[in-house]
Amino acid sequence: MKLKALLAAATAAAALTAGAAAAEQVKIGIAAEPYPPFASLDSSGNWVGWEVEVIGAVCAAAELDCVITPVAWDGIIPSLTGQQVDAIMASMSITEERLKTIDFSDPYYNTPAVIVADKSMDIEATPDSLAGKIVGIQASTIHQAYAQEYFKDAELKVYQTQDEANQDLFAGRIDATQADSIAMADFVGSDTGSCCEIKGAVADDPAILGRGVGAGVRKGDDALREALNKGIAAVLADGTHEKITAKYFTTSIY
Amino acid sequence: MTGLFELLGLGASAELLSLSGWGGNLLRGLANSLQIAFGAYGLGLVIGLFGAYGKLYGGKVTRDLLAIYTTVIRAVPELVLILILYYVGSDIINKISEGLGGGRVEINGVAAGIWVLGVVQGAYATEVLRGAIKAVPVGQIEAAKSYGMPAFMIMRRVTIPAMMSFAVPGLANLWLIATKDTALLAVVGFNELTLETRQAASSTRAYFTFFLAAGFLYLMVTLCSGAVFARVEKWARRGQPSLKGGTS
Amino acid sequence: MTGLKELMQPHRIVMMLIFAGLVIWCAVSLRWDWLPKYAPLALEGLWTTIWILAASLVIGFLLAVPLGLAQAVGPWYLSIPARTFCTIIRGTPLLLQIWLLYYGLGSLFPQFPWIRSSELWPYLRQAWPYAVLALSLSYAGYEGEVMRGAFSGVAKGQLEAAKSFGMPRFTMFRRIWLPQAIRNVLPTLGGETILQLKATPLVATITVVEIYSVSSRVRSDTFIVYEPLLLLAVVYMAIAGVITLAFRRFENG
Repeated sequence: MKLKALLAAATAAAALTAGAAAAEQVKIGIAAEPYPPFASLDSSGNWVGWEVEVIGAVCAAAELDCVITPVAWDGIIPSLTGQQVDAIMASMSITEERLKTIDFSDPYYNTPAVIVADKSMDIEATPDSLAGKIVGIQASTIHQAYAQEYFKDAELKVYQTQDEANQDLFAGRIDATQADSIAMADFVGSDTGSCCEIKGAVADDPAILGRGVGAGVRKGDDALREALNKGIAAVLADGTHEKITAKYFTTSIY
Repeated sequence: MTGLFELLGLGASAELLSLSGWGGNLLRGLANSLQIAFGAYGLGLVIGLFGAYGKLYGGKVTRDLLAIYTTVIRAVPELVLILILYYVGSDIINKISEGLGGGRVEINGVAAGIWVLGVVQGAYATEVLRGAIKAVPVGQIEAAKSYGMPAFMIMRRVTIPAMMSFAVPGLANLWLIATKDTALLAVVGFNELTLETRQAASSTRAYFTFFLAAGFLYLMVTLCSGAVFARVEKWARRGQPSLKGGTS
Repeated sequence: MTGLKELMQPHRIVMMLIFAGLVIWCAVSLRWDWLPKYAPLALEGLWTTIWILAASLVIGFLLAVPLGLAQAVGPWYLSIPARTFCTIIRGTPLLLQIWLLYYGLGSLFPQFPWIRSSELWPYLRQAWPYAVLALSLSYAGYEGEVMRGAFSGVAKGQLEAAKSFGMPRFTMFRRIWLPQAIRNVLPTLGGETILQLKATPLVATITVVEIYSVSSRVRSDTFIVYEPLLLLAVVYMAIAGVITLAFRRFENG
């Protein structure tokens, strides 16, 4: 048993030292936690969803050899700067705060932020209405930044994934959650989401909520950023974007 | 009974857990967990062996450095260490590679997991092995020395076989810790058993089904390892008088 | 070896100088500008960590005593469940146990609408009761095993002597058996407490705001990775140091 373990360690060490990049593969980081309908695992272990298809299309148009690499959302920007991935395409909004650390491509989709709460609750998407309520948000998102800025009188509960916040909304542990309108439309349409409804969009603040979702790249990695921009422009121009969107949503999300 | 099952959302368990359903994902996660646990355990043993020798026979500086290593690792939560080692590890490797004029190094998740948990395991293994080596009667090692055996041969032929019986209980415990610590890698996004479980659970909303199934898998690993280690211990003790309590 | 021996005194000084240099380098060249803004939150988090640790230690120990007793001397209908409980707790990852308790139980609430109108609801909807429960059960599982050994380790002669004095069974337990068993486990208790401390950051995954989650928050707000983690490691080391010192005093005193 010990020998086996030693062998395993030796191979691992070899993999660490000898695994230098052979081909020019571009590692696209997505959140390891499911974020339907944009990216989630199916039961055979494949990533599926709108964003996964768009990544495929953008990479094909930009002639990049992309590999999807799941990373914990919570540490996705450090993973990019730490070179574990080369780009982030994980429904990440382009915000001023993030631009201080990383660069972004042009946006490839844009959706408003909404408040979701139990149907029986009389809640509006305003700071006054949410005062004293428990609001669940996902860590490291524009929604967390927004809620911390505007919902100071609410009790904020921070989740690692939006899915967990949804689960607790369903369980009644939180009164409301702020998240992306498309993801939430999907949630309230599901069995567990039937408890709840979208109460409305929050007042826009472009400084915090950003200018749409783009692909994050390391600062100075202009070659990749340009390539991705080209790919995004191509899929928008030739109708691929629209085709993929039609498969998942009823309205355009660009 | 069925009522209770329905209540806990276990009604459709069989279907959800079938291999064509999410059961395959769980098993894949288990394979990943075991792979990481094996590797980390092996790496930990290697570090531990060198660490133990360093602590016992090394110079002052080596000893002090090793003391810092084992103290720090044993005082800081594994979760924090995993995050630090995970980010630091890939940073260092890339810096070295760049310094040597090489390109960026791809680090796969399994290798990173092994490195992170291996460093943690190494600290505990150092202490276990140090205690075991110290328990080997000095006379045996001196006898080997007086025969003119080289140091490495003494280690291989005398010290390691003689200390095995003292080390096995501690090492068995370390293996169990290694298997369970792989679960912590879920927090950094490794697709091991616990993260696969959470993904399956949140996709299907069958929380009880999947968490209980994963718990069962972990428990099986623990129980099987327990049986294996009992045999190993018996083997390591061969030829020794069966004195109860003589080894603790 | 002699050369090293001569270096014995200076080498520590050199190491300390290197360490001091490292600390100064950390203080100067790393980013600490976030510290004042997050200090109040960090203190709150520290307090949460400490009281969750303390609560789970006390509850866990109170559960461990009957678990150990049942396994050591209990009839089969008590010892088998106790042993099963300990095996399950020790055989599965704590993270899984925490998630099972929090999200598993949470998924049941909507099926029982009356829960939401019950008196317990304000507690059930928060995260800390689950955190304390999961950590307590875990500690009880590990410590129960230790207590089993401790109870069996009390010399039989003492118990027989107490019996021959006609001491009632409960008094015997309270006056002789339990104190002796606790004295038996005392040397391991410090280590177990540190292990429990190291388990506390896991409750951050169910939204409890303790010190670990504060560092995650800093990381996600400011994208600074190493500094909060380094500081966090130092904080845990400090707590572990205090625990070690406290137990050393306790044992000697």
